[in-house]
Amino acid sequence: MNKIIEAEKVSFRYEEEDTTRLVLKEVSLEIPAGQFLAILGHNGSGKSTLAKHFNAILLPMGGRVLVEGMDTREEEHLYDIRQRVGMVFQNPDNQIVATIVEEDVAFALENNGVEPAEIRRRVDEALKAVGMYEYREHAPHQLSGGQKQRVAIAGIIAMRPRCIVLDEPTAMLDPKGRREVLATIHRLNKEEGITVALITHYMDEAAQADRVVVMDEGVILLDGSPRQVFSQVETLKNVGLDVPQTTELVHELRAAGWKLRPDIIGEEECIREIAAYLKGQAVPS
Amino acid sequence: MLKDITIGQYFPGRSPVHNLDPRVKIILTLVYIVLLFVAGNPAALAFGVVMLLVFYLVSRIPLKMILRSLRPVVPIILFTAVLNMLFVDGRTLWQWWIIRITAEGLQTAVFMAVRIICLIAGTSLLTYTTSPIVLTDGIERLLSPLKRFRMPVHELAMMMTIALRFIPTLVEETDKIMSAQKARGADMESGGLVQRAKALVPILIPLFVSAFRRADELAMAMECRCYRGGEGRTRMKQLKIASRDIAASVVMAACLGSVIALNLVIR
Amino acid sequence: METAVIKTEQLTHTYSQGTPFEKTAVADVNLEIARGEFLGVIGATGSGKSTLIQHFNGLLQPTSGKIYVDGQDIWADPKAIRQFRFKVGLVFQYPEYQLFEETVYKDIAFGPGNMGLPPEEIHKRVTEAARFVGLTVEQLDKSPFELSGGQKRRVAIAGVLAMEPEVLILDEPTAGLDPRGRDRILGQIKEYHQQRKNTILLVSHSMEDIANYTTKVLVMAKSRVAIYDEVEAVFARKEEIEGLGLSVPQVSRIFTGLRREGLDVPENVYTMGYAVRKLLERYPQGKEAGPHA
Repeated sequence: MNKIIEAEKVSFRYEEEDTTRLVLKEVSLEIPAGQFLAILGHNGSGKSTLAKHFNAILLPMGGRVLVEGMDTREEEHLYDIRQRVGMVFQNPDNQIVATIVEEDVAFALENNGVEPAEIRRRVDEALKAVGMYEYREHAPHQLSGGQKQRVAIAGIIAMRPRCIVLDEPTAMLDPKGRREVLATIHRLNKEEGITVALITHYMDEAAQADRVVVMDEGVILLDGSPRQVFSQVETLKNVGLDVPQTTELVHELRAAGWKLRPDIIGEEECIREIAAYLKGQAVPS
Repeated sequence: MLKDITIGQYFPGRSPVHNLDPRVKIILTLVYIVLLFVAGNPAALAFGVVMLLVFYLVSRIPLKMILRSLRPVVPIILFTAVLNMLFVDGRTLWQWWIIRITAEGLQTAVFMAVRIICLIAGTSLLTYTTSPIVLTDGIERLLSPLKRFRMPVHELAMMMTIALRFIPTLVEETDKIMSAQKARGADMESGGLVQRAKALVPILIPLFVSAFRRADELAMAMECRCYRGGEGRTRMKQLKIASRDIAASVVMAACLGSVIALNLVIR
Repeated sequence: METAVIKTEQLTHTYSQGTPFEKTAVADVNLEIARGEFLGVIGATGSGKSTLIQHFNGLLQPTSGKIYVDGQDIWADPKAIRQFRFKVGLVFQYPEYQLFEETVYKDIAFGPGNMGLPPEEIHKRVTEAARFVGLTVEQLDKSPFELSGGQKRRVAIAGVLAMEPEVLILDEPTAGLDPRGRDRILGQIKEYHQQRKNTILLVSHSMEDIANYTTKVLVMAKSRVAIYDEVEAVFARKEEIEGLGLSVPQVSRIFTGLRREGLDVPENVYTMGYAVRKLLERYPQGKEAGPHA
């Protein structure tokens, strides 16, 4: 499988901080094309810093990052890289530039000197892909948080990137906004084949990913399928993370001696597992 | 309360005036200003007044909006009128001590006042019928030849756009911060001038801190979307001169011609 | 003897009255909040909960209806409204964006200072509030802008705690925090409640947090009070809650599923600890060999 992003032993430290503490310590990570990757970690674990390396917003101090084979430190590739790997941030208000939705979605294409007729086509396409086409003439401040975030996503996918990196895109949204944004991201991944790197600290969001990477203190602590990662309940709790309540319930019951499968994530799966387990036994007293 | 502040004075609508190309509208407004100064006699100026009224009617902007646009310049109008009234020499109408009002002075005063009123009302029509965004766009494109002389035309327009974009956001934020400080017992309604100025500190500091944070994040988001200044940039929306723009220009030219003719005929 | 610390009568609030943008955000709310309650407030965005809580400390004036705090009509004398802002402390969403002083200490002292308290009393309250939210003495002399996001949030909360309000209202105090930061702040609030025995209103989108910390829940929907009941009773009305665009804790849904599968488990399960205890109680033989053994 071809890799979109390859981080090789990336180290990084913020210069303005007088500490010598490394935020990233020789982190290596490969993201294959088409994958839905979730990166988990508490605040300060280095997950956002790592994400900003994926499209050359930050450059590694040690090691290197390749985007489709292009080294992010080579200046001549800068705009190629940014076009291939788009980034969406936490606060939807602070990433919308224009005063009208469709003009904001056009922003990146205008910057890249795309022909006007082609911009129009791609803007409409991007707005339809995130379900915001009807709002194309609205002003950003008339929209809800979830809608604004979807406009921001449209502004990125209009560039037709291979990969979108989303840095806690739902942290400031209400449950409805969260659902809208997540459904949009999943659709883009499945239908358009866009690779997704979702940085989050919501476990339920990570549970729906193809792969979960857990970061702590600038290193990758766990890396695997959601089932593999979430079955490590103790490790996750030790680094200040939650697990879904399904996994936690199974974990607690196992601790009490119940012989349940440890890698339960889904709700139905959890119900069936417990029911089947107990029914396979004597009728309750 | 704060939410009620509107940006600029745009009056959304679909009238022929609204639909003109912003570049044409800006130029025609300039021509109208020239016309007002060309108008050298009451008849020519009256023609200018009639033009203005017709423009307002066509654009379906309520006439009371003219009054609203004039409110801030009332002192200037009065000052100019009084100055002209007192210092223009001619036939004395009324005199008290060293103050003397002449017929010519009175005439000039009225003439000047009407000219300023038309000037303000005319330029206001531009902002009433053109949204700030479109206006910025029009100005950027009109000034773009100046780029050759190293004028940062694109940068200025970008700054303007971002300012317009963030006004509602910052207004909302100010509202929130004010409520939060009031919840901690901040008193913003009473006290003298100094006290009130002091009471603004707990609002302004968080507002500035937040504006800087937003600027920082916005800059990063713009970089992610390949922003690199005005060079090589295209625009999705192209402005096109339509037949109505040509028609409007012809009408304006005819009006200017008429005013010049009136100047020559009546004298 | 007045038992309700906050009471509303036909409270209605209409924004932009008389304009085309007119919108009634709170309609005919009649409510009594008992002293010492730890009340959860839930509702979808736009349900009116934010508008409602801003009436409790007089930040918003009702279009019609009355609000009583400690039995007093708070708008009887509009000039005296500030005293009710000290009685009912309100911590807004993302309160760290209101910090403005040079030092953490001064920022926490802003509220008590506005109350006109003597310096010794202010000092006592600032130190105590800081202790409650786990700020160290060294941190008190720092600039609030040097702190981390979670620390800033705790400074802002301390700023309201230092006013020692009878009622403390927190609007999504954990929004945007990671699980560790969330547990820490909610834990501190719970401890504060246990020590002070005052009234707390917690507005949250997280049903897990509501289930874990509150005893009674107010559900707002379409500008009105939809449900106002004990937490078990509220989460028992699963269909209704979900119909309002809200959810019940995941563990409640699991137990509904288990009952559907014919297991003999109680209905009113909404916290993890209780869920595990009930399952182990009902099925002590679970430890024995199961199908996977």
